[in-house]
Amino acid sequence: MNKFIIPLIAFALLVVVLAVGVKHSPENTIVPSALVGHPAPEFNLPELLEPGTTVSSSELKGKPYVINVWATWCVTCRIEHPVLVQLKQLGQVPIIGINWRDEDDLARQWLAEFGNPYTHVPVDKEGRAIIDLGVTGAPETFLVNSKGIIVHRHVGALSLEAWKKDFEPLIRADLGTAANAAGSAAPGPT
Amino acid sequence: MLPELGHFALILALLLAAVQTFFGIAGPHFGRERWIAAVRPAVAGQFVMVATAFGCLMASFITLDFSVRYVAENSNSALPIIYRISAVWGAHEGSLLLWILLLAAWTLAVAFGLSRLPEKFGARVLGVLGFVSVGFLLFTLATSNPFLRLNPAVPDGRDLNPLLQDPALAYHPPMLYMGYVGFAVAFAFACAAMLEGRMDQAWARWTRPWTTAAWCFLSMGIALGSWWAYYELGWGGYWFWDPVENASFMPWLAGTALIHSLAVTDKRGLFKSWTLLLAIIAFSLSLLGTFLVRSGVITSVHSFAADPARGVFILTFLVIIIGGALSLYAWRAPLLKSQAGFEFGSREMFLLFNNILLVVALAVVLGGTLAPLIVETLGMPTLSVGTPYFEPSFLTPILPLLALVAFGIVASWKRGRLAAHKRPLLVTFGVSLVLGLALAFGVYSGATVLTPVGFTLGLWIILTSLLDPVDRWRRKLTLSRSIVGMTIAHLGLAMAVIGITAVESFTQERDIALAQGESATFGRYEVRFDKLADVEGPNYGGVRGEFNVLYDGRPLMTLHPEKRNYWVQRSVQTEAGIGSHRGTNILIALGEDLQGGKWSVRVQLRPLVNYVWLAAFVMALGGFIAATDKRYRTVKSEATEPAPGTAGGVLEGKAG
Repeated sequence: MNKFIIPLIAFALLVVVLAVGVKHSPENTIVPSALVGHPAPEFNLPELLEPGTTVSSSELKGKPYVINVWATWCVTCRIEHPVLVQLKQLGQVPIIGINWRDEDDLARQWLAEFGNPYTHVPVDKEGRAIIDLGVTGAPETFLVNSKGIIVHRHVGALSLEAWKKDFEPLIRADLGTAANAAGSAAPGPT
Repeated sequence: MLPELGHFALILALLLAAVQTFFGIAGPHFGRERWIAAVRPAVAGQFVMVATAFGCLMASFITLDFSVRYVAENSNSALPIIYRISAVWGAHEGSLLLWILLLAAWTLAVAFGLSRLPEKFGARVLGVLGFVSVGFLLFTLATSNPFLRLNPAVPDGRDLNPLLQDPALAYHPPMLYMGYVGFAVAFAFACAAMLEGRMDQAWARWTRPWTTAAWCFLSMGIALGSWWAYYELGWGGYWFWDPVENASFMPWLAGTALIHSLAVTDKRGLFKSWTLLLAIIAFSLSLLGTFLVRSGVITSVHSFAADPARGVFILTFLVIIIGGALSLYAWRAPLLKSQAGFEFGSREMFLLFNNILLVVALAVVLGGTLAPLIVETLGMPTLSVGTPYFEPSFLTPILPLLALVAFGIVASWKRGRLAAHKRPLLVTFGVSLVLGLALAFGVYSGATVLTPVGFTLGLWIILTSLLDPVDRWRRKLTLSRSIVGMTIAHLGLAMAVIGITAVESFTQERDIALAQGESATFGRYEVRFDKLADVEGPNYGGVRGEFNVLYDGRPLMTLHPEKRNYWVQRSVQTEAGIGSHRGTNILIALGEDLQGGKWSVRVQLRPLVNYVWLAAFVMALGGFIAATDKRYRTVKSEATEPAPGTAGGVLEGKAG
């Protein structure tokens, strides 16, 4: 064997390491949120769609729901929007769309134009709730389970693939345990 | 319309690059004259197409066409025009297009450049460059097209990352890429030589100016990046051993080794296969750098776009290009025999040590950069490798390397005769030691063990570099550009060594809480917080502090650090106030509002840190002077060259 083949072998080893690295790297660069596993922060914000009323986190408790942070100035939100509309049609969980530092008129116009996937649209002008959530940029999406605990965080535009892979199993698991809890209280569900 | 035109031009460029690759490699192989003749027009055509595409993207930015997704994501109507232009390479897609443009430009320079290459060899070089270009064009079109439209268009863009809204960052990527891409030329020369199965001293002479030029651009690019990180990130250091910084530093180390090994191949016909390998490694590391930054494999403060689909593509590309070149190397390198030998104590020997030590340093940086990844591959918990690893392990090969510079400069080619140079070496060392100790303990306070070592080595390099030019000047001999350039580059190295030693030894930094009117003292300096006012820029608002710096009680300068809030990106940015006094860089950055009128303020005094950045430009200047030496312009192929032995003898006579 000639010694000139050594660089090729070294390179082959390097490629193996890099290939594993590519495989391991997450689909979207997920910044681990300190809030995953913790209760969703409380908020009480004005409702965009019904001026004069407010939305509060307490009225959402008891069922899993999704918090999506969006704004009309956010280009990626526009790319993400059709996905949210599709998710609404699936009807698995309510989507709460926190409108972040935005103009109310523009936001209403946006929803009228592209469809409204949200059950509630809390308006966060100062970004208080956003800071509590630890959001680094829009769009971001959180899954809150029936106990009010944040179980998943998605940074960047949501895709149906990411929804199927990361959100659906968690929702099913959560609804499963909720049903079991109900089942043990009531006699024989089968 | 323009984006579609750009997209179309990019597709045409891909086709022309494919033509260039095929005719460039197949033409010489089958000996078809007409195929070879088609290569250079393809090169010119490819350049025109790529330049058109680049121009279209830039026009979309200048006219703020927010129907283009890339424009909408990286600019805003409030963005000043200069940053609209630099926003073209502000994110992944555009920086890739910039890479392709620069590759096309280098290729054009090789094809129609000054050094006339033999037809067949030239065609092969262009063929290999075309192949690299095909890879990058495919990558852009398949995974990172900057011309994609947004439907419907958005009313306004998301703005350029505020970190990148900075003059240094406008020039940093083009410089860095000029360096990366420049090594593609050395790589192509190496591959062409291996395809030809022949490599002589003329080959080294063709390759040298291109390699040196690429290395110069890379040096400047790294310095600009470091300068940017220093004042824009506000962390206060000039080097963080961050993966992205390492990614640009590794090709630089390999390139430095290559420059020196090429000198030996050129002058003495030695180190042939080693030089080829270094040429492959330098470019491979440039590609690896792109891969690491763009694939999200390694996380870093600097990596902006991470996407594993792109990672897979680049990895495949790496396997084809580097794997191909290394296979060719394993097959062809055994054919290359060096005829001559060299004696103990000759310049060749010291350059061999230079190469070994640089490669060890390179391995240290590569190992540290990839360690987290390797550990993860083995399933162990994540690991972070930082300064505590890099500093000692990098210095281990670098200190002996710096000590050997003086010997290498003084030694003669081919013959040992080191005893003849004993006196100048000893005298210069003695002078450097005295001056080094005086600098370390006399001028500043707080020296460590390494302080006098660093100063002495730096000064020794300066003195020994000047020996030969001064001697020639006194004897009224001509000074070639090669010698002047080499001397300047070595003086740059010495500057960097002295600067780094001073910064590492004498830096003072503190985070303090100050209210308006209060002051803090740092040795003979005093920093007074005078005022705080609101400011408004084109796309940001914020506060601006006024700080007065006093030296021995006398007012020295007023600095204005800012804390900016960029409206569109919703991010807060610290703009440090920076001034300099007697070589000491003074940096003041505003931290947090601590309420009650107090602000946390970071104050740093770094002696000679400016010299570190300036040193890179001095090295680059030296490199450019050396690269434009006459001897590279009139190189003919082997047939008209004197035999290697005579050439060596002539040079030896001149050097003596």
